[in-house]
Order: sequence, then C-alpha cells, then structure tokens
Amino acid sequence: MDSSVLYVVAPELILAIGAISLLMLGVFTSNGEAAGRTVTWLSIAVLIATAIAVFQGSGSSLVFGGAFVSDGFTRFLKIVILIGAALTLLMTFDNFGRAKLLQFEYPVLVLLATLGMLMMVSANDLIALYLGLELQSLALYVIAAFKRDDVQSSEAGLKYFVLGALSSGMLLYGASMLYGVTGSTSYATIAAAATIPEMSTNIGLTFGLVFVLVGLAFKVAAVPFHMWTPDVYQGAPTPVTAFFAGAPKIAAMALLLRFTQAALPGIAPQWQQIVIFLAIASMVLGSFAAIGQNNIKRLLAYSSIGNVGFALIGLAANNTEGTAGVLIYLVIYVAMTLGAFACVLAMQRNGRNVESISDLSGLAKTNLTFATILAVLMFSLAGIPPLAGFWAKWYVFLPAIKAGLYPLSVIGVVTSVVGAYYYLRVVKIMFFDETAEGFSPPEGRTFAVMALSAAFVVAFVLPFVGGTVVDAATAAASVLVPAHP
Amino acid sequence: MMDLTSQYLPIAIFIGVALFIGGALMVAPFLVAVRNPDPEKVSAYECGFNAFDDARMKFDVRFYLVSILFIIFDLEIAFLFPWAAAFREIGVFGFWSMMVFLGVLTIGFIYEWKKGALEWD
Repeated sequence: MDSSVLYVVAPELILAIGAISLLMLGVFTSNGEAAGRTVTWLSIAVLIATAIAVFQGSGSSLVFGGAFVSDGFTRFLKIVILIGAALTLLMTFDNFGRAKLLQFEYPVLVLLATLGMLMMVSANDLIALYLGLELQSLALYVIAAFKRDDVQSSEAGLKYFVLGALSSGMLLYGASMLYGVTGSTSYATIAAAATIPEMSTNIGLTFGLVFVLVGLAFKVAAVPFHMWTPDVYQGAPTPVTAFFAGAPKIAAMALLLRFTQAALPGIAPQWQQIVIFLAIASMVLGSFAAIGQNNIKRLLAYSSIGNVGFALIGLAANNTEGTAGVLIYLVIYVAMTLGAFACVLAMQRNGRNVESISDLSGLAKTNLTFATILAVLMFSLAGIPPLAGFWAKWYVFLPAIKAGLYPLSVIGVVTSVVGAYYYLRVVKIMFFDETAEGFSPPEGRTFAVMALSAAFVVAFVLPFVGGTVVDAATAAASVLVPAHP
Repeated sequence: MMDLTSQYLPIAIFIGVALFIGGALMVAPFLVAVRNPDPEKVSAYECGFNAFDDARMKFDVRFYLVSILFIIFDLEIAFLFPWAAAFREIGVFGFWSMMVFLGVLTIGFIYEWKKGALEWD
C-alpha cells in the first residue's frame, strides 16, 4: 500500500485514534466525573485537530480501490459536521453535569459517530456507504438511551434502534439489487451501467434505487419515514437531541447527494420523482403537524422534518446551483438548530430543565437577551428576510424554479408561510404573554453557542459571512455536479 | 417481463405441488385417524413425569452480557479462519489489516475488563 493513502485519510485516522485513546484514558481514570470532564474537553480538541487535517487536504483523490473519495465537496461537509459536533459537545457540560451523566463514554461515542459521518461523506461505494452509516447509527442508538434510568430516554433509544435497523435492512436490500443489476458496488461502475439507455427501464435498477432511497430517507427523517423523529427527539437527553438534529442530518444528506448524483445520474428522472415526493410530504407534514405541539423539543423535531423537505428541493433541481443550495441550506440549518437547542438547554428553573412552550411565557420581561436571541432564531427559521433562514430558502427555491419545478416551489413557499405561524407563536408568547417565573441565567458555554448562532444568522446578509459560505458551497457543489451535465 | 416469469414456472409448479402434499398430509389425520381421547392421553408428556414448572422463568441478566461478549470473540475467530487460509495471497497488507482489527478488538476487551463486565458479582 502506498503511504500517500494515509495522507488522504488523515482526518479519519486522527479521529479514530483519538476516540480509541480517549476511551482508554477514560477507563483508566478512577474518578468518573473528572474523567468525563477531561475526556469531553479532549474530544473537542480531537474534533478541532480533525477539522485542521481536513482543511490541509487539497485536490481530489480516490483511495481504497475507489471506495473512499476526498475532494472539495467532502471537505466542505466534513468541516460543517466537525463544527456541529464540537459545538454540541460544548453544550453538554452543564446539562449532563447536573444530571450526573457526565461520563467519558458519551464524548467517545460522539467521536465514533462523527467518524462514521466522515466516512459517509467520503463514501464512493455501496459497502463504504453502509460501513459509515452503521458506525454512525450504532453510536447514535447508544447515546439516545444514554440516560438509561429514564423511561423516555430508553424508549427513544429502543425506538431509534428498531427503526434504524429496519431502514438499514431496506438500504442493504436495495444495495444488493443494485449490485445484482450492475455487477459492482462502486459508484463509478454503477453510474456507467445505469447510463446505458436500455437500463432506464430495468426493474431491478429501479427497485434498488427505491429501497436505497427509503433507507436514506429514514436517516434524514423525510416524510413518510419520519415517525421516529418526534419521539426520539423528545425522549433523548437534550444535548443528544441537539447532536441528532445537526451533524447526522448533514452526513445523511451528503450521502443522498453523492449517491443520486454520482452513482445514478443516468436515471435522474426516476429519483427526481421520489425526491420531489419526499420534499413535498416533508414540508407539508413539518409545517402542519408542528402547529399543535406544546413541547419545544417536539416542535423542533417537526421543524427539522420540514427543513429536510426544503433542503431536498435543491436536490430535486438536479443541477450545480441546486446542490450548492442544499449545502448552503445545511450550513444555515445547522447554525439555527444548534442555537435553538442551546436555548432549550438554557430553559431551566431551580436547576431543572423545562421543555414546554408555555414556560417561555413573558420571557422578554425577565430575560430580554435570551428572548431576543430565541426570537431572532425563530424569525430566521420562519424565513423572514434579511436573516439567514430566508437566504437558505432563497438558494434552494431559485434553482428549482430555474429547473422548471413550479408546483414544488409553490408548495414550498406556501408551507413555509404555514410554518411561520408556529415559529412566530413562540415569539408572541415570549413578548406579549403573561410573565411566568423567570429562568436561571444561562450557563456560559451554552450562552456562547446561543449568541454565536444568533450572530451568524444576523450577519449572514453581510458579504464576508454569507458570501464566503455561498462561494464555498458553490465550489464544493461544482466538484460533485459539474456545471455542464 | 413475460420471459422472466416463464423462467420461474418450474419453481412455481414445485411450490404448488409442495403446498398440496404438505396440506394434504396435515388435513388427512383429522379426517381419517381414530380419535378416542382420555385424560392420560391428552396430558403433557415429559419423560414420563408431569411438567415440574413453567418454562418461562427469570434468569440473571449477566448471562445476556456474557453471551454478547462471547459473540464478539466468536465472530473474531470466524473472521480469522478465512484470513489464515488466504494468508499467502494477501501478504503484508493483509497481515497488518488484521493486526489493526485485532488491536481495535483488544481495546474493547480492555474496556470491558476495566468496567468489570467480566466479574460475576
């Protein structure tokens, strides 16, 4: 084996060795609480080191027999994933510290899940895809049930595990079909086989495509494969939910982007239909089902379902701008979601977390800063210009309209108006309702994430913030989907 | 499409014949067998004794832990056999790949040992 391969996979190696070393460090430290604290800090350091290693990479290279790819597209998404994971770890200290959950296994599992995500982003082969996906999922099942003496958390873990296993089964079934029809698990060979005109009517190929997409739709929680999301988001400990809503979604979307556009560009009309359906169903359910929610974590769960629908619009457009739109959407979505979950983590009275929307009542009078930050994030999620959430939608709707997907775009805009209702309701409750008992002041690190997220959302309109993200995303997207198909 | 179905015709016929024979053998005893039950005939038969107690009993959750831990190392052995058989072909790269795998597994083993998963009480 050529040693240059090791440079290409350096970020993954750093993360893997880091996770294993930290596991050993944790298990050989006798004081549990101190071990948890140290290992969490060191995990953040490992994530930063990995991000630096990703940043050092250049050009595009295929290693391990074409199964693992590293190019501009993967580097962009890996950086976003690593930032998301590091910020969620930063938010765990306070909440887990009070719940006596600050154990060293948690950050190690987050590192392993992140490693799985990096593998998913770089997967260029069905087997690599599955390995990355399973490494990620297995770690996530465990952390969903991390508060193991709590019934809701255990239920969340079990539910996630059973449905996740089902979706993995479907994905594997589809992958076996694709292998059967094309004779290879490599994306390049599948793409070559699927481009032959006679193949566009091949039942096996369509079957495989549908099953793999079903499996991936489960992972990104697109309707009609979203049923687990609200329960898991509500039941899992809040820092874990914050993690679920961010990085894994990006990794699964990256997988979806590369699978559709690199492996099956030949039968684009077929997967476009499916993606359009998933997008419409997710947007409609995400906006209507969230209206009746009283628990803020459930509200954000439905919000994430809706957001996946919006991101899928960019994929349905199937061109460079659309893919860039998806990437921009993901960056902004992660920033907003992390901020929103930081706010949920900061909702605490007398050392206990509260999760009901009515608890926010009259927050503006007791803690104006907190209320303003949450209001900014809600306005952004609702898509009010000039906040980031508006631009996110702008960059996915525009390519869709250019690609002639008018019904999809119209439904998108309408559901985004419906969705604005429940986001703005939160703002109304905070600013105009009867004052409830105030919250304890937010913990420093959680507040930092809240403030950072709100600052990003507000500053996105400035060219050196938004422009940088848009340019980077466009460059990344043009690596995956060259401008002239 | 038609072509595909006709290739499967022998299998379909086979399934049909199998279903018919199996079904017939199951139904026939109900129709032709002599039935003359008495209490001794219908009671549970267990090596000549009456059943001692319910088959559903509680057992220690640690059995489960041990079996899970066993499975991991059992699979490791199953993985080592083809590796050893193909050792001549896979060379140095294959050797170090397996060493990395065993290293990762050992880390897991150290973790479970330190956590006390191997101690019975």
